[in-house]
Amino acid sequence: MTEIAVTVNGRLYREAVEDRLLLSDFLRGRLGLTGTHVGCEHGVCGACTVRFDGVAARSCLLFAVQADGAEIVTVEGLARNGALTPLQEAFRSHHALQCGFCTPGILIAADELLSRGGPTSREEIVDLLSGHLCRCTGYTPIVDAIAEVAGA
Amino acid sequence: MAEDALELVDVEYEPLEPVVDLLAAAEGDACVSDRSFAYGDVDAALAAADVVVRHRVRFHRWSCTPVECYGVVAQWNEAEESLTAWANFQGPFTLHSVAAAALGLPGARLRLVTPPDSGGSFGIKSAVFAYVVLMGLASRKLGVPVRWIEDRLEHLAGSSAATGRSTQVEAGFTTDGELVALRYDAVEDVGAYVRAPEPATLYRMHGSLSGGYRVRNVAARNRVVLTNTVPSGLNRGFGGPQLYLALERTMDVAAGRLELDPAELRRRNLVRADDFPYETPSGALYDSGDYEGCLDDALAHAGWDARRAEATAARAGGRLVGVGMACVVEPSISNMGYITLAEPSAERGLPKSGNAEGCTITVSPLGGITVTLTTTPQGQGHRTVAAQIVADRLGVEPQDVTVLSESDTSTSPWTVSSGNYSSRFSGVGAGAVAVAAERLAERMAAIREHLGDPDASLRRVAGTAHWNPESLPPGMDAGLAVTAYYAAPNLLPPDGDRVASSAAHGFVVDVAVVEVDRDTGRVSVLDYVTVHDAGRLLNPLLAEGQVRGGLAHGAAAALFERLVWDDDGNLLTASFMDYSCPTAPDLPTPRIGHRESPSPFLPLGAKGLGEGPTMSAPAAIANAVADALGRDDVDPPFTPGRVWELLER
Repeated sequence: MTEIAVTVNGRLYREAVEDRLLLSDFLRGRLGLTGTHVGCEHGVCGACTVRFDGVAARSCLLFAVQADGAEIVTVEGLARNGALTPLQEAFRSHHALQCGFCTPGILIAADELLSRGGPTSREEIVDLLSGHLCRCTGYTPIVDAIAEVAGA
Repeated sequence: MAEDALELVDVEYEPLEPVVDLLAAAEGDACVSDRSFAYGDVDAALAAADVVVRHRVRFHRWSCTPVECYGVVAQWNEAEESLTAWANFQGPFTLHSVAAAALGLPGARLRLVTPPDSGGSFGIKSAVFAYVVLMGLASRKLGVPVRWIEDRLEHLAGSSAATGRSTQVEAGFTTDGELVALRYDAVEDVGAYVRAPEPATLYRMHGSLSGGYRVRNVAARNRVVLTNTVPSGLNRGFGGPQLYLALERTMDVAAGRLELDPAELRRRNLVRADDFPYETPSGALYDSGDYEGCLDDALAHAGWDARRAEATAARAGGRLVGVGMACVVEPSISNMGYITLAEPSAERGLPKSGNAEGCTITVSPLGGITVTLTTTPQGQGHRTVAAQIVADRLGVEPQDVTVLSESDTSTSPWTVSSGNYSSRFSGVGAGAVAVAAERLAERMAAIREHLGDPDASLRRVAGTAHWNPESLPPGMDAGLAVTAYYAAPNLLPPDGDRVASSAAHGFVVDVAVVEVDRDTGRVSVLDYVTVHDAGRLLNPLLAEGQVRGGLAHGAAAALFERLVWDDDGNLLTASFMDYSCPTAPDLPTPRIGHRESPSPFLPLGAKGLGEGPTMSAPAAIANAVADALGRDDVDPPFTPGRVWELLER
């Protein structure tokens, strides 16, 4: 067991974890932040994406011990005071989610891109989405939602 | 934890000779069902035909692979000898009976609870019932609740997948293109076991063997074989992609032989707008439609003639560009009796028929409206549509209606056919909501009349029913709740070898334009048009979502996804690295057209529309690839490697 101190959605947690515990399982099982989804555990589907020190990263490809000292934002950390972000609102109005299982990872990845001033084109959005599997929407409404917020 | 324990278990396997190829299985002793059907006189019609086209297609194994895998929590109650299980099950609830029987429990002592919404299913999660049984047994044995969450390897290796199918088609035509006879010889690979409800994939489309065409002489031989691969089960399109790859590829091959435009050949054979309701040779009752109108729309949207001319010019310049189409009838709301067709008429048990759904609407003493569904949604928007329907009928706003979509076999108004499959919600799911809302509205009107106050508020009416039942019309029940069950009409048990396999029939026409990269074999979709007629659209935004999603799965099956086993039966596509699901850059953005020919038989006029382009896209893309390559021996999936090998051949 290893002691870690990690900030998740602005709150500091100190936890003892097994070295082999995945960050995704830590977030879901230990912290109860089940908005982070697990779809493949080998880094392809993108559902588990979180911001790790500002960078969008697969939480299923990280161990919890690697998060010691890190600042993490999960999908639960996007909305402020219960109000959806413009990106989340756009997902709703464009019907950019059906089952919603892939949505947290995509929201986090798009949030990172938006926070860096992009994307500037639909192509860039499509390229971003190459790291995420969605089996419900055919992707077009997701591109539309992100493009609306980005003004792309 | 379970994986740690697994290391303590030693299993010795005695290897047996594996069979992974369906045709090899058909030649050996792995054929478990062999039935032949004939409608009209196919032999005579083929003998008299001016042109007979023979074409073989093969549809590969693939799976819609929801990003969320299976999950089950099971808790055995020793005192009551009952099991409560929570699972992301999607129906059909026929499988509840199968699970209860497997556990040796009366149905009432298997309490199966499904969440209000879960990750996508696309049919695949019907098969979680087997794990409900396994976890139930584990919980009973251990005396503690047991939780199991499937991982991706387990999902790809052992959950469920579409059937594979090899189909030999013989089609007879007159010189002017009239399709006069159609014969299928199908070998269906259901994997390692005939798991319930299989071999339903082979029979779900039985009433639609003739597709959208007027041909009256139709025959089919259906063989079901076992292979050492993952068992098959529900998968979006369920039999449609396999049937239409065979039929629609054959139509294109025939168009080539007859030197007719493929669109024109189809037009000459489509069921006409004034033929409805149209009874097919194999027993389906096509409820409504304007097939030629849909074809016209699709050709216009796609610019069919111009695209074909451009493709011809591009090919002359050395590029491999092709244009293809598919016309498909999209059945929805399956007859629970169709699967008995797998048995000869004399060997069938008690008759099965219909497809029914339940719905409860309650009004609280303060006028709060709650609707309970048993349609197990996974994001299709059942709650949204149910709220719309109830609000509309009761004169309130949709946000005033609370819709509960968690289903519980101990408390919910379910039937054996409940669940989320065969695109049944807009027909029977919403139908049950509409019937319940209508009855509730009638009761409320009667209360208002009895009170002598036609404008009495909802709250006043509800308050009267709860607080002052003495003021209700004589004979009326106290409280204010209605449970209604609605069964789709025209779904009789099979009559001999004929069956109305579905209650509603939409129509889809797709046009695909593709380009094949000569050096890499990569197929790019340059344009995709899909025109859909699913009757009345209950919610256009949700409907479009279903069309986009259905197309994404159809295009994925056509271009990317394939489960592969080696000759020893080892799964080679055991991760998302090897089983390639398309991402955003890989899929076309379709141009979508709608027509609305309401079903005259269903309460809201709405047909299912969740599976249409999943059925049509593999055929449309295959036709486009065949056109691009100028050859007929093309079978999906058109992955770069497979197409490159074809180019080298």
